[in-house]
Amino acid sequence: MPTESATTPLLSLRGVNKSFGAVQVLHDVDFDVYPGEVTALVGDNGAGKSTLIKAVAGIYPFDSGELTFEGQVEAIHGPKQSSALGIEVVYQDLALCDNLDVVHNMFLGREQKSGITLDEAGMELRATDTLAGLSVRTLKSVRQLVASLSGGQRQTVAIARAVLWNSKLVILDEPTAALGVAQTEQVLNLVRRLADKGLGVVLISHNMNDVFAVADRIACLYLGRMAAQVKTTDTTHSEVVQLITAGRSDRTDAASVAEGQAS
Amino acid sequence: MSVDSSTDPMAPAVDVPSGLPPQTVSSALHDYVDKLRGGDLGSLPAALGLLVLAAIFSGMKPDEFFNVGNFANIFVQAAPTIVIAMGLIFVLLLGEIDLAAGFTAGTSAAVLAVTLTLHEWPWYLSVLLCLFVGLAIGFFMGTLVARLQIPSFVVTLAMFLALQGVLLIIIGDNGTIAVRDPQILFLMNNNLSVAMSWALAVVVVAGYAGITFRQLQGRRKAGLHAASTSVWAARVIGLAVVVAGGTYLLCLERGPRPDLKSIKGVPGVVPLILILLIGLTFMTNRTALGRHIYAVGGNAEAARRAGINVGGIRVFCFIVGSMMAAVGGILLASRQNGVDPGTGGSLTLLLAVAAAVIGGTSLFGGKGNVKDAVIGGLVVAVINNGLPFITSNAGATYIVTGGVLLIAASVDALSRRRAQSSGRA
Repeated sequence: MPTESATTPLLSLRGVNKSFGAVQVLHDVDFDVYPGEVTALVGDNGAGKSTLIKAVAGIYPFDSGELTFEGQVEAIHGPKQSSALGIEVVYQDLALCDNLDVVHNMFLGREQKSGITLDEAGMELRATDTLAGLSVRTLKSVRQLVASLSGGQRQTVAIARAVLWNSKLVILDEPTAALGVAQTEQVLNLVRRLADKGLGVVLISHNMNDVFAVADRIACLYLGRMAAQVKTTDTTHSEVVQLITAGRSDRTDAASVAEGQAS
Repeated sequence: MSVDSSTDPMAPAVDVPSGLPPQTVSSALHDYVDKLRGGDLGSLPAALGLLVLAAIFSGMKPDEFFNVGNFANIFVQAAPTIVIAMGLIFVLLLGEIDLAAGFTAGTSAAVLAVTLTLHEWPWYLSVLLCLFVGLAIGFFMGTLVARLQIPSFVVTLAMFLALQGVLLIIIGDNGTIAVRDPQILFLMNNNLSVAMSWALAVVVVAGYAGITFRQLQGRRKAGLHAASTSVWAARVIGLAVVVAGGTYLLCLERGPRPDLKSIKGVPGVVPLILILLIGLTFMTNRTALGRHIYAVGGNAEAARRAGINVGGIRVFCFIVGSMMAAVGGILLASRQNGVDPGTGGSLTLLLAVAAAVIGGTSLFGGKGNVKDAVIGGLVVAVINNGLPFITSNAGATYIVTGGVLLIAASVDALSRRRAQSSGRA
């Protein structure tokens, strides 16, 4: 069903490789993220998911292969450059400062200033607008310390921070791993809203329920190779599990051909 | 982790506040109580402790403790501790420690005394060199901690020993170097005139009122949640009463023989402490640099990922710590009218650490304010000033100071646990 794929991918990787010493972690990986869609990146531990996103985020470079962002071939040399392109990563261990409030955390490292002083009022307004734009209604105040937030609220703040910078691609590394049922629901709703606003979203997750709840496409890494990238509607729960554990499934070949992406 | 009440489906969804009605006096009090219950005690225990200690000493020894001369004395006794503690707070905010601050003060003071007295430099050049010595020591220690990642405990303990030796060598065989420069001696030995004292009081209150009112207007203009004018006025009046009361007491005659030499006015060191307090508070609370210091202390990895130069911030904090120690050294030299091998030794460092922690600065990093040093320093000074009136046993002073430090550290640890466990806000 290639009708919806008519849009060009926001991010496109072609034949990327990455080795750490003698260990080759990524083998000729192709990966596409479309704007307005949630692309789930799944795979067992050590499949290369983190390596893939860290290279996209500019933590380290790919050894070879091509990265295209918005149709332009780009070479990302550092985290600053990937932020400048509009790529934001929300890491698993959150990277929020407990001793600062929500506004301070959202602007950390990129504070608005008026003269040499911080523009607190301006930052608070923008933070409030961004949260309202994401329909976040669970925070009592944007001036409360992050230490006092629940896991779901923290994840919300981390995601809102990624959105604040007019980012185009948001990569979420296991955003629901430590959350309860109600909070997972909250965060998944937020993930869906990001895509509905037109952003490209990459969701790394081990939880198949989460993946099937929000993802439009599922990309499955197996031992550093892209086993398949399929539409969620074209696949089933058990097929994805099979892809994760064995790297192939009975129906993958047909699905991959339909997508035009042989594994 | 308990499910937060706001995620409870039964609880009404609360929107992010924008354009809420202005805070009233009662809701301001309510918010403050909420903050305390959440484990954010700030300087409250220290302020209460200060009042209780002062009340106890005043009750037991009204003649010796509760008189104008002693009131002025406490400020002068507290000054070096306060200044060194102000610097230590920067190091403590990182979650690090500077054990060498005492002898950084001593070494810098020795450089000041040698250049002033033996080489007859003008006072401002000596002070500059003294501050530069502090900067160099801070840069050296900060670099070892930030770049080589040696624990600050070890680096500063080594410097504690080494600087003690440097101090001995600088002072040489004389045993003591006198300081006779009137500008340096003025700080700890003289007072502002009565007119200047009141002018200072007016400037402090008016400045506070003006700055906080501008902030309030800015927030209102932006349509943000802001305190009401009555809350603001209550704060300004509270400050005005305290400042005016203190100034009035300090402007009373307190010389033993007024006919021979009149002693009255605010001690010369008070304006210096005010300038340092305002400058450093501005830096920590109003600039991006200060925000980054808190971020590094709260979660260094998060700060690094946010693009903050974590190593640079660490070095900077050690430099501020050591330069403030150098300023403390100038005060010690002024108080002792000279520098000897014991300057900055014995209890100098411990009292400064105690002052910072008692004032509410966390030993775990990321929490604290420059003003903590002032309140904590006054607590330490009141203990050291008041106890000798009650008992002539010097041991008691050490024990009580140690006990108060332990209480303060316990309050810090407990409030930290409380803050972690209060999943509500």
